[in-house]
Amino acid sequence: MNISDMIMPLLIGLILFYGVYKGVDVYSAFVEGAMDGTKSALKIFPYILAIIFAINLFILSGAEDFIAGILKPVTSFIGFPAELLSLVLVKPLSGGGSLGTFQTVLDTYGPDSYIGRCASVIMGSSETIFYSCAVYFGSVGISDYRYTIRAGLLSHAATVTAALIVCRLVF
Amino acid sequence: MNKLWLGLIFLGLLFSFINKSPQTVTNVLFFEIEKSVDLILNLISIMAFWTGLMRVAEKTNILNKLSSALKPFVGYLFEDVQNNLKAVNAILLTLAANLMGIGNSATAFGIKAMEEMQKANLNKKRATNAMCMFLIINVSSIQLIPLNIIKLRADSGSSAPSEIMVPTLIVTIFSTMVAIISGKYFERKGS
Repeated sequence: MNISDMIMPLLIGLILFYGVYKGVDVYSAFVEGAMDGTKSALKIFPYILAIIFAINLFILSGAEDFIAGILKPVTSFIGFPAELLSLVLVKPLSGGGSLGTFQTVLDTYGPDSYIGRCASVIMGSSETIFYSCAVYFGSVGISDYRYTIRAGLLSHAATVTAALIVCRLVF
Repeated sequence: MNKLWLGLIFLGLLFSFINKSPQTVTNVLFFEIEKSVDLILNLISIMAFWTGLMRVAEKTNILNKLSSALKPFVGYLFEDVQNNLKAVNAILLTLAANLMGIGNSATAFGIKAMEEMQKANLNKKRATNAMCMFLIINVSSIQLIPLNIIKLRADSGSSAPSEIMVPTLIVTIFSTMVAIISGKYFERKGS
């Protein structure tokens, strides 16, 4: 039993216990809040559907491979390992897709190689930028994201650069 | 988003023809987008559960006390909502869930946070500074322990699956700092 396994039961128990202690009608409050959550979840479905269709089409049609092919000469010129290019491109787009790409990297180069370690660190410290933006902003009907994607991609670039350097230094 | 979405689709359609496999489109339509239903089904139950529990917590006032304690931090990052307690509560819960790596619960709190921030938004189509910062921090990844990645490494026969924990933490902290700095930079620039 480790600490992270204990967080959930403790948190749930604590909130419910404190609710009872403060004299809240716990059951009706829970159901009332859950109704709101159900509505919000249904509201974001079209946004999830739209982004998943576009991203899967982009990756599976070979468009992503083509763009990776164009970028390859540029990235190898600056010393970026070509083996990681696909992962770095797919991760901001799709969580499921990047897991598949990550698994391929592990199978091809092994988890304890430099490439495998870099891929692991990149996976562990980056997020699906486009999917999250589509869902979060979509849920409240915002279409002008302003600088969010730009800043997200900057931080993604920082993740990749830092992962390459840190893995070189640590291992 | 409109342009990006159309761009992904047009490129996808184009390349399915160039690569002589227009059936890819049909496959995506019939097999891939099914996954959106799985996603939403997983999300509905966990979102309903956490918003339910959050309502209980709201009625006890305990979240407001926690949020007030963290006010200086929140005030700097999310200036325009710092006095909106409901939004601040949901923001902090989202960040806490993301730190612990419970993604679906984080989404539940995150949507709630967006709804609270949207209430005070004057232009309903345009993201506020606080919304942008909120998204930027979330998409920079702030997860402390990448359990799923360690699991996949172990499954692939790694001799030390968790050796990437410390490097990942360093990289996560660095990229989140870059995220906050660039978010604040664009905010000040007024873009």
